[in-house]
Amino acid sequence: MSINESGWRPEMGSAGNDDDIATFTGNRGLMLEEPLIFETGDFAGTGVDFLPKPVAKSRLDGLERNRPIGLPGLSEPETVRHYTRLSRQNYAIDLGLFPLGSCTMKHNPRLNEKMIRLPGFGDIHPLAPTSTVQGALALIDLVGEWLIKLTGMSAVAMSPKAGAHGELCGILAMRAALEARGDARSVILVPESAHGTNPATAAFAGYAVENIPATAEGRVDLDALKARLGPDVAGVMITNPNTCGLFERDMIAISEAVHAAGGLVYCDGANFNAIVGRVRPGDLGVDAMHINLHKTFSTPHGGGGPGSGPVVLSAALAPFAPLPFIERTAEGFQLVEEETAGEHHAQSFGRMVAFHGQMGMFVRAAAYMLSHGADGLRQVSEDAVLNANYILRRLDDVLDAPFGDTGPCMHEALFSDDGLAEGFSTLDVAKGLIDEGFHPMTMYFPLVVHGSMLIEPTETESKAALDQFIGALRSVAERARAGDKSLKAAPHYAPRRRLDETAAARKPVLVWKEPEQAVAAE
Amino acid sequence: MRYLPLTDADRREMLNVIGAKTIDDLFVDVPAAAQLSGPIAGLPLHTSEIAVERQLSALARQNLAAGDAPFFLGCGAYKHHVPASVDHLIQRGEFLTAYTPYQPEIAQGTLQALFEFQTQVARLFGCDVANASMYDGSTACWEAIVMARRITRRAKAILSAGLHPHYVSVAETMAKFTGDVLDTAIPQLTRGAPGNDLDRLLDAIDGETSCVVVQNPNILGHVADLSELAARCHEKSVLLIVVVTEPVSLGAIKSPGEMGADIVVGEGQALGVGLQFGGPYVGLFATRDKYVRQMPGRLCGETVDAGGKRGFVLTLSTREQHIRREKATSNICTNSGLCALAFSVHMTLLGEKGLRDLAAFNHAHAVTAAERLERIAGVALLNGAFFNEFTLKLPKEARPVVRSLADRGILGGVSLGRLYPKADALANGLVVAVTETATPEDIETFAVALEEELA
Repeated sequence: MSINESGWRPEMGSAGNDDDIATFTGNRGLMLEEPLIFETGDFAGTGVDFLPKPVAKSRLDGLERNRPIGLPGLSEPETVRHYTRLSRQNYAIDLGLFPLGSCTMKHNPRLNEKMIRLPGFGDIHPLAPTSTVQGALALIDLVGEWLIKLTGMSAVAMSPKAGAHGELCGILAMRAALEARGDARSVILVPESAHGTNPATAAFAGYAVENIPATAEGRVDLDALKARLGPDVAGVMITNPNTCGLFERDMIAISEAVHAAGGLVYCDGANFNAIVGRVRPGDLGVDAMHINLHKTFSTPHGGGGPGSGPVVLSAALAPFAPLPFIERTAEGFQLVEEETAGEHHAQSFGRMVAFHGQMGMFVRAAAYMLSHGADGLRQVSEDAVLNANYILRRLDDVLDAPFGDTGPCMHEALFSDDGLAEGFSTLDVAKGLIDEGFHPMTMYFPLVVHGSMLIEPTETESKAALDQFIGALRSVAERARAGDKSLKAAPHYAPRRRLDETAAARKPVLVWKEPEQAVAAE
Repeated sequence: MRYLPLTDADRREMLNVIGAKTIDDLFVDVPAAAQLSGPIAGLPLHTSEIAVERQLSALARQNLAAGDAPFFLGCGAYKHHVPASVDHLIQRGEFLTAYTPYQPEIAQGTLQALFEFQTQVARLFGCDVANASMYDGSTACWEAIVMARRITRRAKAILSAGLHPHYVSVAETMAKFTGDVLDTAIPQLTRGAPGNDLDRLLDAIDGETSCVVVQNPNILGHVADLSELAARCHEKSVLLIVVVTEPVSLGAIKSPGEMGADIVVGEGQALGVGLQFGGPYVGLFATRDKYVRQMPGRLCGETVDAGGKRGFVLTLSTREQHIRREKATSNICTNSGLCALAFSVHMTLLGEKGLRDLAAFNHAHAVTAAERLERIAGVALLNGAFFNEFTLKLPKEARPVVRSLADRGILGGVSLGRLYPKADALANGLVVAVTETATPEDIETFAVALEEELA
């Protein structure tokens, strides 16, 4: 990288397409290259002005930071341009169908964004006296009530920060309940097809983890599960609909068997979008389930977060829910924190996070729930399932659908790499889709299917958008079956060609260093 | 319904292609006993955008916004002015509605921004490397304790009395289940250095200790030199974890890395994110190069593409749950990407000069306010050294004072009775934060009202 009087230029690389024309800037029309702020910014530059500061004697007691920090600053126009140019290197729902299975990339309504920016929600302090935040507590209570009714459960813990944090909340409540009855157990059973967060969560909470095998139909093997249940098994973590996009037909039997053996049932609610408004997990015998507000309830994924993972709980687990929680009293809403927990919530397993959870996500989810209503949410799951089945049936002649013969799928369609030409993989199909202008599907997950391609269109896609995606994937799949070599080098038309992830991990470069430092470190 | 594009004609045609008669045929795997025949009772039906906006605006109006009152609350969440361009940029759909950058060829925007964020955080904290963010400061703090256990293979953590009590609570909750041993204490309202317990920490270090966790500035606003503590920790191969809940302070105060910290975690909310009643916020996590492979959370790294051009990818994912499952360094998956972006954009606007100016402004403002409030009869300023937050000892219990100030439309600090309800010795303590958003008039209004409440 260099800055000279001609301006910043990227290192061009060499292996472009044959018809590439080299440009001075490295840009290709609207495909714009952008340096790091550390390469163009100046330590004296800034995009913020201040009023004159009051004169006061320092009270830092000799702890002043005197050495340079190394933070470049940009003026406002440079800052806006930097991040706007970066943004254009991203794919996003706003640009097109985003079929990541298990991720529920649905449209993010802009009303949600408008509502969280009301000062009464966005500009209130978490420790403000509760008399000044009654509307905020009412809002959290409102979202909690919707979640309880939609799931048919008894209580809700609102504070978990994301899905995996919600899993942790549910597992800790289960463990607290078991310990309270003097029945500490040591093992959590997890199906092979589970999200990686399930076993990681169980281990993080101090449990040993054992796998339950799947049947040939992609579902939990009930007999194997029953055979493993016993006095050491604290419970199971089941995803339903599961990560193959299938409903666990035996769910009620699973819950009954686990309960009969003294265990508890955790349900990973990542796929709740498939059944919201049509099926209540409480009717399936579930004891705890997290709900990803950033999936089912449309809060934006923001390039990886923040999420929000409230957990609904059965009557058996409700007394063990974490702090804080909201109580309705004659004087209004009260926040039950450590101070009053002894009186009101003696069996709580404790606090999971500073403050009260993801208020910003609660407001967005509330706007979404109220907009849809109970009838609209039912239509959400129906359209999500319809869209997925449409994709499944329109592509199962060019892609192998391992469970296609067992019946309909739920909200996501699963294909394998069976039938692709020798040397061609799911990765090639995915990168080919990028050239077609789509984000790829989830690849290589779930692990129970070879070369998994998991496609979740969500309900916010029109038939025209689905038809175009199907046409694109059909074309790419046919190229992969025919062994079209150009696919091995895809993507050709993205801001970057395939990136070398092995090199990145072998010698990690995780922060920018000034060139001379970088050289000296060699 | 405005978010659902399918028409009834589309639905019929699609069912036809699928070979299903009705939508119910697609839910055939759901046990009949669990099928609901219509919309769930007890919830309203769909409604218009204007109706939703009315209902939610009415709730929002019941709250007293920080910007509408003289405002002096801190204790882990700070009100700073966020430049207008920050919110504009994070609302660009390409950032807002993108997913985790698992397909790096079409996620270079998010990835480069994360790489810049990691570099900014590492430099702010005085560390070698930082990750791509955690949920918030409190969970980052627990993750640091777990990381120290992995590195040292010892399971006793010594937590300073000056650590935010919610952070302590989170660690206590988790330790009950993991078997980690925590040595904790309630802070003292010591004159000169409230909440400072360096001597206790030094005494408590033993052969079982994995780490010492200290917050700086601490929950009572005290700023300490941690260099000696770091040296003593290192003599015994104990890791020093420093927690920063007010990152703006590092525009004025020597960084934890310079003082010898091994892991630095923090709450990044103060820059770019806004108060939002406690979340979403953004956990910051930084450490030494040699511990990178023990870090939790996502990491973004530099590489090249097939054409030799520089690019960025998520890396070292063999630490993470989607690869390692039950052997992962953490169960964390989602991070706080959009808040990290807001932090980074704000930091880019500030730059080193702006950050130093902002910190100097905060400090001068806080000193001015402290000197004014200290003049009130019966009120004692406990802090010697502080940044933008300090503790007052009132002649009576602070919690009811805070409540009556709120009734007068003044948000006058956080009472220690709220944070430490069981510690009677702290009941008269009031923690006051003063940032650039408070005007001289706000400070005077607060001082006069406090004087009246105490009279």
